[in-house]
Amino acid sequence: MILLDRVTKTYNRDLGSALDRVTLHVEPKEFVIVIGQSGAGKTTLLRLLTREERPTSGKIIVGGIDYDKLKDKDIPMLRRKIGVVFQDFKLLPNKTVFENVAFALEIVGVSNREIKHTVPKVLSIVNLKGKEDRMPRQLSGGERQRVAIARAIVRQPRILIADEPTGNLDPKHAWDVIKVLEKINRYGTTVLLTTHNQDIVNKLKRRVVTIQDGKVTSDRANAGYNKA
Amino acid sequence: MQRRLITLWRIIHTGIINFMRNITLAVAAMAVMVVTLTIVLFSLITNATFENTIQQITNKISVSAYLLDSTSDAQAKQLVKQLERQPSVNRVVYLTKDQALQAYALQNKDNQSLVTAAAAVGNPIPATIQVYPHDLNQVQNIKEFLTKPANQKLQTPESPSYKSDRKQAIDSITHATNVLRKIGVVTVIVFAIICALIIFNTIQMAIFNRRSEITIMRLLGASTSYIRGPFVVESAIYGLLSAVFSVLIVNSAFLASSNALQASSLGLLDINYANQFFDAHFWQLLTFQIAIGIIIGTVSSVIATRRYLKFKTK
Repeated sequence: MILLDRVTKTYNRDLGSALDRVTLHVEPKEFVIVIGQSGAGKTTLLRLLTREERPTSGKIIVGGIDYDKLKDKDIPMLRRKIGVVFQDFKLLPNKTVFENVAFALEIVGVSNREIKHTVPKVLSIVNLKGKEDRMPRQLSGGERQRVAIARAIVRQPRILIADEPTGNLDPKHAWDVIKVLEKINRYGTTVLLTTHNQDIVNKLKRRVVTIQDGKVTSDRANAGYNKA
Repeated sequence: MQRRLITLWRIIHTGIINFMRNITLAVAAMAVMVVTLTIVLFSLITNATFENTIQQITNKISVSAYLLDSTSDAQAKQLVKQLERQPSVNRVVYLTKDQALQAYALQNKDNQSLVTAAAAVGNPIPATIQVYPHDLNQVQNIKEFLTKPANQKLQTPESPSYKSDRKQAIDSITHATNVLRKIGVVTVIVFAIICALIIFNTIQMAIFNRRSEITIMRLLGASTSYIRGPFVVESAIYGLLSAVFSVLIVNSAFLASSNALQASSLGLLDINYANQFFDAHFWQLLTFQIAIGIIIGTVSSVIATRRYLKFKTK
């Protein structure tokens, strides 16, 4: 589902590479946790997958799409196939909760009737029923993150990338978010989660990939933070 | 097709909703646009008024051909016909000897002794052809036509009347009107360019404030037109409303204080004509202002959003 082959990303040659010959293979329906300290290269890895950045060298293939052959005009199509949850939520500030989630469907031309049917269902999955008309500024951090998750999953993507989705949340809300991700994974979506929350990593017991100084230093199945 | 219509409707709908939700930003941007569009409208009206003043001067200037008494009425009418066919001629007035005397009497109604003396000597006033040009620059062409030997022999030695002092006066007026016309056109163009630049900067700043929205939509996979569309609609609304406000402001200015405007223009501007011109061309001016407002608004938003829509290439 996701293949990175000796991928290197260098922003500034004097500062070294943010990612250095990283190779990673994620199977369909897998739940993979990427851990590492701040600045290790986790976010760079995800930015490469969403094609916010281009690799300096190496090959990336996601869902059968070879990024080397991807033209600029096809990038929106790629992003529609991947659901992304950002650490800073990235909600549209001038849209309501409903509109933020509906936006993901509107851009792919889904009919209004289907939007009205689907969005409430997804909002109830993330426990946001009754808050459809709130603006993002009227929500707590946890609620905003759940809106971001609802937006990421409403198109039922085959791949979901979550960049530190619990980074700004208290433990209770963090677990709510993780439970939603697990639920989505059970429905068949491949999940790639970056976090440095030891508790979550230890309890989830999933495949854990550790990145240090831009290199993959370990890749273990059913692992915990301590074993990394 | 249906999907495209849905998308188009969503773009327009989102643009209108965004306009209402960002009303503070919209009011700030529109305030600047209203001021600049009002200046453009004033410069247009001022230019038309000056143009009218120039035309009025032009209409009063003619070249007169004084015919010999030996010239027959048929020859005179033939000359009139030939003159009317000249491209530089606007209109021709033919006065027979009697009509010329009447005109002379009217001109000198305050000096009856002159009129009495003229009548006493058996009407010395020659039959006259007054030739009015389309444009002051064409006076010379008319003069050349009238001084052709075949035409000159029908006229008195002093004819045509485009000579010495009169020639100097007409030439001076021609020069002045030409300069005024150029100043008028340049002023309108300069104001239009300044207006376009100010509006462009205003919209660019409004979009700069919301650049993160563009980035987010990009990350979610929205197409360029779907992201840009609502901003273009929003800017077009700015342009439309600002244009309407600018026309209403000018309209109110004429309604409320035509006399005050006349006084403040120091007599340089014929405010009555400006008012008439505005009333007569109200819908054209409104359409023009709306077109300018919408075009500058949409073009500015297309350019302003472009930089935030680019994909990283390295």
